[in-house]
Amino acid sequence: MVDGILGRKLGVTRLFQENGDLVAATVLKVGPCVVLQRKTAGKDGYEAVQLALVELPGPRRVTRPEQGHFKRAGANPSRFVREVQLKNGDASIKMGDKVLVDEFKANELVDVIGVSKGRGFAGFHKRHHFGGGGASHGSMFHRAPGSIGASAFPSRVLKGMLAAGHMGAARVTVRNLRILRVLPDDNALIVRGAVPGPDGGYVIVRRAKAPKL
Amino acid sequence: MSLIEKIEQEQMKKDLPAFRAGDTVRVHVKIKEGDKERVQAFEGTVIRVRRGGLNATFTVRKISFGQGVERIFPLHSPVIEKIDVTRTGRVRRAKLYYLRQLKGRKARIRKSTRER
Repeated sequence: MVDGILGRKLGVTRLFQENGDLVAATVLKVGPCVVLQRKTAGKDGYEAVQLALVELPGPRRVTRPEQGHFKRAGANPSRFVREVQLKNGDASIKMGDKVLVDEFKANELVDVIGVSKGRGFAGFHKRHHFGGGGASHGSMFHRAPGSIGASAFPSRVLKGMLAAGHMGAARVTVRNLRILRVLPDDNALIVRGAVPGPDGGYVIVRRAKAPKL
Repeated sequence: MSLIEKIEQEQMKKDLPAFRAGDTVRVHVKIKEGDKERVQAFEGTVIRVRRGGLNATFTVRKISFGQGVERIFPLHSPVIEKIDVTRTGRVRRAKLYYLRQLKGRKARIRKSTRER
């Protein structure tokens, strides 16, 4: 049993629960994946599988070394290759094995890892939730950060001071999302709540590391 | 059809009666009490129909013990067992918010000759 799978975010919709509640739901197209490499404690120092997401079209360009790597596992080249940890080194998983959605069951908790939407160079308000100043009534302080280094003391900017800068486009993990539904025929998962990244973005889904009970 | 459209379509009811703002409807709502389930009806005038596929809602207004009560129902909610159209009304706008300011004889709606 592999504890993770690769996929893409398809989009967000809503699901009716039996009691009439409407719940935000993210649809993820996951798998099929191929095991490209099996990393073992003996050889690599840790137990993991390297998975490749099978999808069309594949990458436009594959370097020679990569070609060999894919060929060794008997797989077509893939755009998205990531490693997933194996907790107790399952010996039954071999190179070339398929990993499908049915590794997961409804109602399980998963962590979803993606690359968040890029926000570019973002100001204080957006990046760090600063309050900012009043918009009107003669206020001349709108979206500026305020004092960052005081005067005579300390007379410098302390390290770690929150500042404007690049925001988003970073790896983000959302923990403990409940699987609402598994759709094996469509290779899809429906997960409760939001998932980082744009529609179409690549995601890693893994069994929750620290499940909330 | 994309998978998301398919998932939404699956949840949508296909046997809904046609009704619009101004009609009087009886909405049969399933209510859970402990582990028993029963059906309660909410009857009143439809004052708003919001479209939008799975997210469609409608608002029903009634006067209960002299107090105006409005309930917003998601059109495709599984809690709604059945919707009966008890009376069709002739109105000249799509949203009947003006009814909130009126009561008694002024809040009447002319009966429509529209086919059910």
